[in-house]
Amino acid sequence: MLPEFILFAAALMVLTVDLVTRRQSGKMITYLAMAGVAVAAAALPFAGYGEGFGTMFYNDPIAMFFKVIFLGAAFMAIGSSFGVVEKKILNHRGEFYGLIMFSTLGMMFLASSNELLSLYIGLELTTVPLFVLAAFFKDDKLSVEAGIKYLVVGALSSALLLYGISFLYGLSSTTNIVQMKINLAVMQLTHEGNIGVLLILSVVSLLAGIGFKLALPPFHQWAPDVYEGSPTPVAAFLSVGSKAAGLVAFAKIFVNGLFAFWDPVMTPNDWGRLVGILAAAAMIIGNTVAIRQTNIKRMLAYSSIAQAGYIMVGMIAMNDLGLPSMSFYMFTYMFANMGAFAIVTIFEDKTGSCRIASYAGLSKSSPFMAATMTVFLLSLAGIPPLAGFLAKYYVFAAAIKAAGASPDYTWLYWLVGIALLTSVFALYYYAGVIKAMYFSKEDSPYQFGLASPIVIVLFICLIGVILFGLYPEPVMRLAESISSSWGFAAR
Amino acid sequence: MGILSWLYVVPLVGMLVVMCLPKDNKKLIRWTATLISVVPMLQSFWLTWDYFFNYSGSAAMAYMEGPFDWIPSLHIQYVLGVDGISVPLLFLTGLLSTLSLLASFGIENRVKEYFAFFLLLEAGMMGVFVALDFFLFYVFWEIMLVPMYFLIGVWGGPRKEYAAIKFFLYTLFGSIFMLVSILILYFTSNPHSLNMLTLIQSGSTLPYSMQMTCFVFFFIAFAIKVPVWPFHTWLPDAHVEAPTAVSVILAGVLLKMGTYGMLRVSWPMFPEPLRNMSFWIALLGVIAIIYGALVSMAQKDLKKLVAYSSVSHMGFCMLALAAYSSTQAIAGCMFQMVSHGLLTGALFLLVGVLYDRAHTREIAAFGGLGSKLPIYSSIMVFFTMGSLGLPGMSGFISEFMIFVGSFSVVNKVMVGIAVLGVVLGAAYLLRMVQRVFLGEFNLAKWGGLTDINPRELVTVVPLMLLTLWIGIYPKPLNDLMNATLQNLVNLMAR
Repeated sequence: MLPEFILFAAALMVLTVDLVTRRQSGKMITYLAMAGVAVAAAALPFAGYGEGFGTMFYNDPIAMFFKVIFLGAAFMAIGSSFGVVEKKILNHRGEFYGLIMFSTLGMMFLASSNELLSLYIGLELTTVPLFVLAAFFKDDKLSVEAGIKYLVVGALSSALLLYGISFLYGLSSTTNIVQMKINLAVMQLTHEGNIGVLLILSVVSLLAGIGFKLALPPFHQWAPDVYEGSPTPVAAFLSVGSKAAGLVAFAKIFVNGLFAFWDPVMTPNDWGRLVGILAAAAMIIGNTVAIRQTNIKRMLAYSSIAQAGYIMVGMIAMNDLGLPSMSFYMFTYMFANMGAFAIVTIFEDKTGSCRIASYAGLSKSSPFMAATMTVFLLSLAGIPPLAGFLAKYYVFAAAIKAAGASPDYTWLYWLVGIALLTSVFALYYYAGVIKAMYFSKEDSPYQFGLASPIVIVLFICLIGVILFGLYPEPVMRLAESISSSWGFAAR
Repeated sequence: MGILSWLYVVPLVGMLVVMCLPKDNKKLIRWTATLISVVPMLQSFWLTWDYFFNYSGSAAMAYMEGPFDWIPSLHIQYVLGVDGISVPLLFLTGLLSTLSLLASFGIENRVKEYFAFFLLLEAGMMGVFVALDFFLFYVFWEIMLVPMYFLIGVWGGPRKEYAAIKFFLYTLFGSIFMLVSILILYFTSNPHSLNMLTLIQSGSTLPYSMQMTCFVFFFIAFAIKVPVWPFHTWLPDAHVEAPTAVSVILAGVLLKMGTYGMLRVSWPMFPEPLRNMSFWIALLGVIAIIYGALVSMAQKDLKKLVAYSSVSHMGFCMLALAAYSSTQAIAGCMFQMVSHGLLTGALFLLVGVLYDRAHTREIAAFGGLGSKLPIYSSIMVFFTMGSLGLPGMSGFISEFMIFVGSFSVVNKVMVGIAVLGVVLGAAYLLRMVQRVFLGEFNLAKWGGLTDINPRELVTVVPLMLLTLWIGIYPKPLNDLMNATLQNLVNLMAR
């Protein structure tokens, strides 16, 4: 638990240093926060696998993998927040960074939970700071609206999740996920598959609860409004960190705990096809509605809804490629999305505008920014040789493998078909931004000096997107160990 | 790294070099990019030479690199190799890339980006023709779309944005079908492999219905690129809006990727569906021939006319591909690919030459240019004749081989109709020649036109010589491909 302790200590330090210096900590506090996250990340390899706190804390490969994503997202969100903080949150730097770090801490505990209650607590620690962060511009109507909206939706989804968890506890009389898996299977056998509506109820409410966190339709309505209103680095953190947290929660409860009930044989208690429908809806709604957006943050919000759909395709493949592909996708998505948001942040800091139309002519005034943005968008669209393509390929490979495994699973072919078709739509709106930046005749009136530390974030993302598209092997190896640790044998 | 890797690495490095050059020194950028592209051109020449003398006797892949493990988790390998069907196309790519860069010296707007994207495009094209691993093939196939999108979208004509995104989306739409088929093939092969050669040799173990699905999916992906009627609608837009050099590459190389993909991948891999679908493929080919010719006849824009003539000419390739069991027809298809690359590439270059001076491409606006621009006009007429299949030039050889080869295999009525397409071709091309180069010269309007300049002459003369060479003495090209084609036909007709 070394990284968690380090992060916790660093978060407290950030809070107190800001107070001690009477809000005069300046840029130093940002560097301190970045350093705290970086040291926590550096401590990850030394954390080791195994249990802690009784059985409440359990470090396994999936936890490890996602902690990299959480810390990476936090690092980049903090790194790209210099401009915003200088301008708008001068007097609350400590809280701003402290909350991001506490939220990250919650994600890390969530990823390491082996038990429904600690999972729930981790999820709460993740989301509660995010409510505050979303509403951090106190004087900005949109930001306050975002905060309130996120709070209401978040509270509702937590309640649903807890409701679902209580049913699961009632059915299996344990909160330990592995034990629950066994108890439920026994239950299924002894009642000859007739667990009844209880399991359906719990599956539906759990799905709704996590669906809100992942912004899977029909629980996605909050995402565009919240992204639009929140400070841009927070929106970036939401779209990567909080999504990854939701994925881990989903993986823990569904893929691990309710493993046996994925199969269509278990009808009507199965959840595989239900999630498949939600994933299809996410890809269709996300990718089509994004086309109509004129605000780039809203567009990225819808794009992230669609991306969640792609990730779920990998998740429900439920074979040896499923979890690795899902994790790898999330990993590459972190670079591409944080990068795109970083560009949006730079642009917004300077111009105050988030309209796609105001990006016109950017390629002439700042070719570097336009080029990196293009790379990030093309990676999100899944154009080779960027990492986003490989991730999509991996996810589709997992689903097609599952589809070919048994005639019961041919519906996965259709899911892949929808995923591929909608990825063509996706290209259209990503290309819309590229079109504005490159094809417009006039020059952009804005000049950007790229001196602030946000450039470091840009370079990290750029290198990540290109490097992991060409040489993904180390990350894939790590991702593969997730699969074997959960008993999905390579076949 | 062997020669095949260098073929695409050199343009890639060149792209980076060009990107580092000072933005305002246009001359330096132009010459650097062109000289860099000379390297892969010379490599492709040497490759053709060496292949012809040392490897053309056997059907085996030459200059193999790999297989090296690239992404072992997904059994993705790095395998390169060439044989008789890729060498002529590499030659064409190398030659046309350099000529097009030379023809791009007129670009004044955002020069650096233009030449950088062009080199990236060349790298992608070279990669497609040498890749033997499906994943690698797909990567190169898609990489090309990005520079193409920018080249059309930034430097194109009035409707460039529409044309660019249409091209991008259309081709991507086709590619996703290929991606699904690749994944299905991967998971049904045992042991899992993405190596094209292994997959072709072992033959597909899939049930027939799945084979058919994969075949159709591959067909859609490649047919959009060719483009086969009814997937051709992106082509006129892209061609008309694209700058001259990009049209040359589009017609000269990109369209060939579709037919190359069919010959390399889907035809030999799925012989059984091919047998059952060949009638429909021939039908699509004949429709494209006649439709393309008829639509060409109605065009008012010179470039659009050439663009639709491409649809018609690529239709001959499809007809030949439908006659997969005849070596002669397949050889005719290869000849047609090379010949169309040379002729249509040249026609686009020449249309560009005229457009640079007159700033219009409307056929009706001209007349009697032959008296004012004698050299230009005679060259243009030369290529027009080649394009309509005058004996002694490459177009005739390829069309003749296709007709002879497919006559005994494909439905004879269809071949008969396809022959009609040649007559229609003559009709629209001669009409164009008549209206542009003959008749009354409008001195007041076009009195200031100058004849073709030496740089532009350099871009078309090599194409003239090659057209004549293939037309008069096609044997070397045939010998180069023969062993490979024999082997291919055996695989396709198994």
